[in-house]
Amino acid sequence: MTAQPILRSRAEALAERLPPLLAQARHLAASVELGEHGRRRPGQGDAFWQFRPAQPGDPAHRIDWRRSARSDHHYVQEKEWQAAQSVLFWVDASPSMAFASSPDVPEKGALARLIAMALATLLVRGGERVGLATNAAPAGRGELALSRMASALIAPAQTTGFADPPARSRAVFLSDFLGDLDPVTKAVAKSADRGVTGVLFQILDPVEEAFPFRGRMVFEDMGGRLEHDTREARDLRSRYLDRLAARKADLADLARRTGWQFHTHHSGDADSAALLWLYHAIEGHR
Amino acid sequence: MILGLPIAFATPWLLAALVALPVLWWLLRAVPPAPIRQIFPAVTLLLGLEDRDAESERTPWWLLLLRMLAVAALILGFAGPVLNPEVRQARSGPLLIFVDANWASAADWPQRISAIEDQLDQAGQAGRPVAIALSHAVATADAAPPQWQSAGDWRARLPGLLPVAWNADYGSAPDWVAGIGQVDTIWLSDGLARDGRTALLTAFEAAGRVDVLEPTAPRLGLLPVKVEDGALVLTALRSPAITEQSIQLQGVGPDPSGVERVLASTMVTFGAGAVREEARLDLPSELRNRITRFQVEDQRASGAITLADDSLRRRRVALLTGVQSREGLELLSPLHYLREALVPSAEVVEADVIKTLIEAGPEVVILPDIPNLAEPDQKALASWVAQGGLLLRFAGPRLAAADTGRGVEDILLPVRLRSGGRVVGGAMSWGAPRALAPFPETSPFYGLRVPPDVTVRAQILAEPSPDLADKTLATLADGTPLVTRKALGSGQVVLFHVSANAEWSSLALSGLFVQMLERLAVSTPPGQLQPEALEGTQWVAARLLDPFGQLGPAGAQAGIPGPDLLAGARREVPPGLYAEGDRLFAVNTLTDNANLSAAAWPDRILPRWQEARASRDLAPLLLAAALGLGVLDVLASLWLTGRLTGRLRARPGGQAAAVLVALCLATPSEGVAQSDDADALAGAVEAAAVVTLAHVLTGDRATDDVAKAGLMGLSDELFSRTSVEPAPPIGVDIETDALAVFPFLYWPITDTTALPGPEAYGRLKQYLAAGGFILFDTRDAGFGGESPAARRLRAIALPLGLPPLEPVPSDHVLTRAFYLLEDFPGRARGPAWVEAAPPNAERAEGMPFRNLNDGVSPVVIGGNDWAGAWAIRPDGAPMFPVGRGQAGERQREMAMRFGINLVMHVLTGNYKSDQVHVPALLERLGE
Repeated sequence: MTAQPILRSRAEALAERLPPLLAQARHLAASVELGEHGRRRPGQGDAFWQFRPAQPGDPAHRIDWRRSARSDHHYVQEKEWQAAQSVLFWVDASPSMAFASSPDVPEKGALARLIAMALATLLVRGGERVGLATNAAPAGRGELALSRMASALIAPAQTTGFADPPARSRAVFLSDFLGDLDPVTKAVAKSADRGVTGVLFQILDPVEEAFPFRGRMVFEDMGGRLEHDTREARDLRSRYLDRLAARKADLADLARRTGWQFHTHHSGDADSAALLWLYHAIEGHR
Repeated sequence: MILGLPIAFATPWLLAALVALPVLWWLLRAVPPAPIRQIFPAVTLLLGLEDRDAESERTPWWLLLLRMLAVAALILGFAGPVLNPEVRQARSGPLLIFVDANWASAADWPQRISAIEDQLDQAGQAGRPVAIALSHAVATADAAPPQWQSAGDWRARLPGLLPVAWNADYGSAPDWVAGIGQVDTIWLSDGLARDGRTALLTAFEAAGRVDVLEPTAPRLGLLPVKVEDGALVLTALRSPAITEQSIQLQGVGPDPSGVERVLASTMVTFGAGAVREEARLDLPSELRNRITRFQVEDQRASGAITLADDSLRRRRVALLTGVQSREGLELLSPLHYLREALVPSAEVVEADVIKTLIEAGPEVVILPDIPNLAEPDQKALASWVAQGGLLLRFAGPRLAAADTGRGVEDILLPVRLRSGGRVVGGAMSWGAPRALAPFPETSPFYGLRVPPDVTVRAQILAEPSPDLADKTLATLADGTPLVTRKALGSGQVVLFHVSANAEWSSLALSGLFVQMLERLAVSTPPGQLQPEALEGTQWVAARLLDPFGQLGPAGAQAGIPGPDLLAGARREVPPGLYAEGDRLFAVNTLTDNANLSAAAWPDRILPRWQEARASRDLAPLLLAAALGLGVLDVLASLWLTGRLTGRLRARPGGQAAAVLVALCLATPSEGVAQSDDADALAGAVEAAAVVTLAHVLTGDRATDDVAKAGLMGLSDELFSRTSVEPAPPIGVDIETDALAVFPFLYWPITDTTALPGPEAYGRLKQYLAAGGFILFDTRDAGFGGESPAARRLRAIALPLGLPPLEPVPSDHVLTRAFYLLEDFPGRARGPAWVEAAPPNAERAEGMPFRNLNDGVSPVVIGGNDWAGAWAIRPDGAPMFPVGRGQAGERQREMAMRFGINLVMHVLTGNYKSDQVHVPALLERLGE
């Protein structure tokens, strides 16, 4: 048994899932209509911005002869500045993200990947560089970056650690933030130190928000490692909701302190709303 | 009785267990329900939260109630509750159960038996001795006295009590009762008026108390069927009732396959209070002759059945008309008298050809004065007689003049005849016309009165022989045979030694003639039989009706004189079918003048019929309820723990599924065995999807291989040169494979090729008739017709019924179906034969070709070893050399072109005979 067939079969399995994710992401991205989003000032780019009179020092080849011929002055054509920015995604791959309370609700992890890919598609369309914060897919431009990112997201064994994002890039953290908050806090603080701003995007299952349980219950986590036994679940509800609210407040506080943004999305709600919020959150940082 | 409810318990002490219910309630409440396991990623947020309320969630009260009810139902069920327990009054002293046991009781006999059982139960509880008497058994003076036994003994004997199939009267029953002494009586009446009922009641009342049990449902009966104007008249009777009632009358008989079924049915509706209704049934005689009985649907009593006998049948009699030479002399024609005698009572078929007569399927064939029959006709008639037919012949001038049966006994004449016949009492003779002698006892005519005015003036004489007396059925007063008969196979031949007209005797003018025909079962008498018509006959029971209306074998019975049959069914003449020779007579339970009037009881007697069993065991009901509640409890518990709805995806509700599966009665699905037919079918479907050339497997491996390789080569060339793109060729076994899917069969013939079986021939014929094509190849280079393979081919092709053949003419469509060809070589250059053109084919105006037959020649026959020329090896190179050098390759090319032309011809028919290509062809021919 050589490694070759295993690798190949895994690659094929991966390739099977890849197009649906990309296609879904594009579909979702297409549902968000956006206007012009250039830098609104002259700079490096392809799009025409304005003509300005030539000044001494302008190289002769930059003079727009067609424009200049219509008057006595020489003009230079300026392009709109289209500097690319890096947006790095961190999608939580912990087991708890594989939860879905009912068949009608998508898994949190799947939803996170979808939203990440859709946002990345939108950003690539806007000329930005996208990548994963885990080093699995470094920031890049165009279709190649998208497909690299998609395959990294689908890969079964993702590294969950954070890599240091490049300075002044943008970061998007997608998770349910139900686990230990320390690594997140550290990563956000470190990023903020490096001038990185971003978004904490919490994805919760409706059940996790509503806690509709009653009677004698045994709660266990996805891995089955943690268990909590109660004789009357209804009695726990208010205290659970308090804890959840406290967790959200912690995250919002963290975001506020570091200049990040925080948002909670429920996996039962419309995906496009989440995407739109995220997109504007990222764009707003420019 | 408990709490005023009509309920009693078999084991009341079990009810004490109900006390345990509150304990159970407390126990169930104390035990918490099983926890629900729920996957919840946010469990991290829950860790460390303590339950504030020490008491757990309790089992819901309604689930507790459900369980309580189930347990209560169990306890009550096992305690054996009975609704409406019977309370009986006891009497003492002997009890006589007197049962009207005749056909009218048979319809509800099981209910009567169960009524007797109830009476026996009561008598048994009271310890009374019981005797059961059936009405027909005590009607005779020598009836046995009642047998006093315990109720249990009688209970064991109940299945042996049976009614009789006729209407038994009470006879001397009152005397029998008078001899018993003091006794209480329960009289199970059949509810019909009967002579002697009042006297019997008086006798019973003198002996003690009388209770009369009488079912309220009206009795139903069916009178014997009558024929009026060719239609059957069914008369249904019922005992008086005020309700309206519809019954279905059915005619039952064997269908053509011999299975008994309802052949005709009609609905009869009794109006309120009506007791007699008629229905007319007009049936074709085929159907009518099949019906063996009429019955009232679902009425199992012999009185509701009427058997059909000869009086309903119309026999089919075939008359051979012969040559009608004496037109106009109607009254002299023998046929006239026969027609007159037969038409009222039989279906007469006339024809002048024996074959036609026999095909009409008659029961009797009559030959009036026809001496000679052609040899085949004679054989056909003899074999028809031997299968059970009756041949009736009449003498006459022509038979007298002929020499049939003179020297030796003719197979279709009963006796040898003396030539010439004799004439008595004529103008040129001295004697007086002869009268008939009375019929001997052995004769079927015995009992018929011989009118003195029947005389015979001329007759044909039989040659004396030892067995003449045995064959003679009737003689003249001087002892000469008048009617003779002999058996032939299972049929018989009867000869009247006089003519069937009035020329030779006045027999044909008399009523005796008709009666004799009836006795011979040639015709059936219309209407009611008169006693004198049955005088002197002895009838034997063939099949007898049992009281429940089933026809059963009669067993050995003494013969019954004919007139006795007419007096209706009774002990001596039980209802059933009676036979005499070929004749059948039905004795039915009810006679024509029967009616069913209700029994009249004096006011002091109130007939009753027991109500349905009042007491009812409630235990099964309660136990079933307990089971149902238990199932509900299981489902409810599963639902409470979330295992029913599959709320937990990680642990689907397997238990719920298991319970549901256990509750459902799973019907095992039967696996369908895969058969070889399916493979064969699949192969045929494959072959039918694409044009596939096929060769017939000869059994010789080398030949088959060459044929396959040849067809492979031809298929390849077709693929590359034409739009025909065949699938790889297939070898077919003409004995088993489906041929119809192959447009083209190549059949190499060797001298060892086996002849196909008869079934294969059928398939081949069907194949050719449906447009199939076979290329026969003897592979002998066409060396005349005498090579071994050619002889074999002739033997094989002979049964196929091929059309006439001719060598392929130069204007045959084969010469231009794709390529223009002059000859048709294979590895050899011999002629090829196709279906011959019609002799009247003419050259069409302005065309170089004759207007040949439509369609495709079903065969091409030759010996050029075409497959050898077409055959290629797997690498595509030719398998065999053809000819020499360049010329040989040319010949191979021509062979291939012939193959292509042939397939084109097979697939497109005479398309190339169209005028479309005529100009181009003309041009090329003109060069």
